[in-house]
Amino acid sequence: MFKKILCITLGVMLTISLCGCGYEHFDINLESEYTEFAKEKGLVGTELNVYNWGEYISDGSEGCMDVNREFERLTGIKVNYTTFESNETMYSQLKNGGVSYDIVIPSDYMIARLISEDMLSKIDTSSLSNYKYIDKKYKGLFFDKKEQYTVPYNVGMVGIIYNSALIGEPQHSWNALWDEKYRNMSLNFNNPRDGFMTAQKLLGYSVNSTNKDEWNAACEKMKQGKDVLQSYVMDEIYGKLETGEAAIGPYYAGDYLVMLDVNPDLRFFYPKEGTNIFIDSVCIPKCVKNYDAALAYINFLLEPDIALANAEYIGYASPHTAVVNNPDYCYYQNEILYPKDEDMPDVEYYHDLPEDVRMHYENLWLDLKLY
Amino acid sequence: MNKKSFGSRLVAAPYIVWSAIFIVVPLIIMVYFAFTNDAGSFTLSNFAQIGKFKKAFGLSILYAVIATIITLLLSYPMAYYMTKFKIGHQRMIMMLIMLPMWMNFLIRTYSWITILANTGLINKFLSFLGIGPLQLINTPGAVILGMVYDFIPYMILPIYTAMSKIDNSLLEAASDLGSDSWSRIRRVIMPLSLPGVISGITMVFVPSVSTFYISQKLGGNKTLLIGDAIEYLFNTGPQYYNVASTLSLILMVLILISTLIMNKFGDDEEVVI
Repeated sequence: MFKKILCITLGVMLTISLCGCGYEHFDINLESEYTEFAKEKGLVGTELNVYNWGEYISDGSEGCMDVNREFERLTGIKVNYTTFESNETMYSQLKNGGVSYDIVIPSDYMIARLISEDMLSKIDTSSLSNYKYIDKKYKGLFFDKKEQYTVPYNVGMVGIIYNSALIGEPQHSWNALWDEKYRNMSLNFNNPRDGFMTAQKLLGYSVNSTNKDEWNAACEKMKQGKDVLQSYVMDEIYGKLETGEAAIGPYYAGDYLVMLDVNPDLRFFYPKEGTNIFIDSVCIPKCVKNYDAALAYINFLLEPDIALANAEYIGYASPHTAVVNNPDYCYYQNEILYPKDEDMPDVEYYHDLPEDVRMHYENLWLDLKLY
Repeated sequence: MNKKSFGSRLVAAPYIVWSAIFIVVPLIIMVYFAFTNDAGSFTLSNFAQIGKFKKAFGLSILYAVIATIITLLLSYPMAYYMTKFKIGHQRMIMMLIMLPMWMNFLIRTYSWITILANTGLINKFLSFLGIGPLQLINTPGAVILGMVYDFIPYMILPIYTAMSKIDNSLLEAASDLGSDSWSRIRRVIMPLSLPGVISGITMVFVPSVSTFYISQKLGGNKTLLIGDAIEYLFNTGPQYYNVASTLSLILMVLILISTLIMNKFGDDEEVVI
């Protein structure tokens, strides 16, 4: 019996350790290409300002590749890397002016807003030798139908995480978050868009509904479930699910894989009603100062080895075909990040909603909290 | 009273400038926002919206009153016994009371999560004894506990200060005139320590009623106190600054009224705050 447990434990530990960073077998033959490009365009010694989400690039920690340093080494361009915590923060930084970024990496609906307000520069994807690696299904999405402004970087879907040591397998439905069985053990998102998404999907509505009655109904649904919930959380969900403080809650698939490293009892499913998908894409804002270097940087991010390092570090799904089809990739054919077609849930992107709808749901969220 | 010299005015000037910029101007901005809409024209419509915040106001006041009463009941005997120690020991105890305040109050509140959580210290200990897990966190009790813990030094210190100023000869005189120890406390110490109690109550009630972080962390983000509502509105976007300012203004007026009522109980001049 003891040996059996030991075997399982070791097995689990082995699987976990497999997904570290594989920098050792990183073979770089890019020297000449990038070095020459930088020399030719006179970019050596110039600066490139990159504005990205926190923890969203392989940064050299724990033996991973430091993508920015590699880029600096090859091109001689200095990368100034800053991070933001939300699309809205990024937006107000760009909008207020006084900053100059050459690269930003926002999400879908925010890109739609940036394009509609003429805040992005065009990218000629035919000049990017590595653009061919991007999976067709992530090209020409609703926010950039003509593929003029964006290069996909990461994809993620929301699902439900639960602790199999505390509760049995729930029905694969958003209803699990309303289930009386999990009273005081379930969590939900602590922000209006994601929180209401769980109710909208359960009720069969679109997350981009402009019908205020549907938003009202979603809010009523949330009110019904409020008493059962343990709490509304954002990043606290890591600690709560890892320690067993809570047993079930919705979050992103990539984050689930990180939690799984800490607590192997955690399980994940996509609710049958469908879920939210997001895609973060690389863009060049209008305030760009170093356009050629920005193009080189984007192409560099698409280099198969670089994209692999990033995909392994970040843990979200990659839109890069050379990564997804690489058997050495630690999430190769991972069923959660890359569900097979028949297991793929119905997914819906967030769109930028009109101001009056936005204000309506922000007020409803307040009603829910005051309820 | 003499006219103030030029020198003393010069010394006071930085303070006056400071208060003007960081107290008076923000207050004016708040009042301005409270009476305008987001286009900047005068309106009273913000006040029409506050009906839906009734529950938040009610809960904030209720929790703050309970927290203040508990703090008072804990602090008064504490302060009394402190004065019975040798001076050196009194300083020591003072420092121990102040010690948690060297840490940020957000961190102190956060540490209560690990104590009260379902998998926290208390419940681990209870399950060791075979007692089922108790629901401690995400309850009104947890929020009130957080308030009591965070603000109790503000109650102990003024009461202690008031008590330590009481002349021992008054107590001796009371004994000589036949008072037992209970009537000494009731007829001498209590009246003389009242100003400290009044300041203590104000200094605990005011932050409790307007607090926003404690209820989010210890109450599971489910009950919205009025401070949380204001925080949410301000964080959501500029179009909500007006309603948020109106709520802040109403909260300030409530606090002002309760402070005035409290001060009526004490001798006006002796109130420390």
